[in-house]
Amino acid sequence: MKAAGLVRGALVAALLLAGSAAGLAALAAGPSLDPARAGPCVEDPKVMRRSHMDFLKHDRDDTVRRGIRGVKHSLSACVDCHANKADGRVLGSDRHFCQGCHAFAAVKLDCFDCHASTARIAPAATAAASLPGAAR
Amino acid sequence: MNPVDKRRREFLGSAAAFAGAMIAPGVFLYDYANAGVSDGASRPRGPAEPASASVRWGMLIDTTKCASGCRECVDACNRENGLPGTTRSTDSQWIRKVDLKDLRTGKALSVPVMCQHCAEPPCVDVCPTGASFKRADGIVLVDRHTCIGCRYCMMACPYKARSFVHEPTTGQKPDVPRGKGCVESCTLCVHKVDRGGTPSCVEACAAAGHGAILFGDLNDPQSEIAKRIREVATAQLRADLRTDNGVRYQGISG
Repeated sequence: MKAAGLVRGALVAALLLAGSAAGLAALAAGPSLDPARAGPCVEDPKVMRRSHMDFLKHDRDDTVRRGIRGVKHSLSACVDCHANKADGRVLGSDRHFCQGCHAFAAVKLDCFDCHASTARIAPAATAAASLPGAAR
Repeated sequence: MNPVDKRRREFLGSAAAFAGAMIAPGVFLYDYANAGVSDGASRPRGPAEPASASVRWGMLIDTTKCASGCRECVDACNRENGLPGTTRSTDSQWIRKVDLKDLRTGKALSVPVMCQHCAEPPCVDVCPTGASFKRADGIVLVDRHTCIGCRYCMMACPYKARSFVHEPTTGQKPDVPRGKGCVESCTLCVHKVDRGGTPSCVEACAAAGHGAILFGDLNDPQSEIAKRIREVATAQLRADLRTDNGVRYQGISG
């Protein structure tokens, strides 16, 4: 009886280990997102992942209160670049840029309760159009 | 000349020199304080440049040209700003067409009424969070990031210019975010004005052949609107409240 219990315990431990290894691998891989437009972001992607919310919060006040339209970090510019090529949106499924990453990180995303989640440029034209960030 | 007279002369001379002091040749303190107002040149603003207090945006509505029953400005506003355009009592309305009739003379008027972009806006005075604010160039806006939807500004506005968004929104325009739980009103199409454009209602009114709305810089003496308000009699709505509206009306007092 004791031996059977030990075997069962070992099995559970092995399963847990395997499970956590798979989970870790999934974590390391990050969310799986559909490719967006090619080209550099306005900041290094590592910086953006950690600080995009701070950049947006800082620059939104410049735009709303002071009327500066040419800010470096603008939410509509995020949407224009990161919109899904198929439907031109950043929300819709976990493969869409904003929704996918926020679902992966389990962070509530409320920007798009008010802001448009659709790119200004039509989805078909996105690939051909030049990147607004490159012009800066 | 006795010594007292001499001292008096010297004192008056130095006082006059001080009063007329120039910062640099040809530049007086008065001009310096009113920089931009005195020359009033409206030049296009760069994308990185903030709105300037030397500009004051305003509109002049010629009620003699505004046609009764015409809703071009209202429809253009709805299209530009992604408003649903429905007219239930709780729906957002940034421009209202108001029909008036003087019962003694029978003279009828139809006027669009929107946010009057007051120089002394009561909505800004009462806002508990600072969300309701006046921009440097005179445009009165709501910062929805800070608006808590208390609707005190709606109570304070003498023109009923503001609306509250009661229901979740869809179909927002990239330049005009709007959502449930916030107060909103005419922005003078600030996203277009910042890029050198004019408000959509002005364009629609001109396209419809009425040309009843004139938009421009009230501070620039050379602008079309400044010339017109110098030449013809215009009025601000409820001028007795001394809110000094940026929107003026021609032909409502007669």
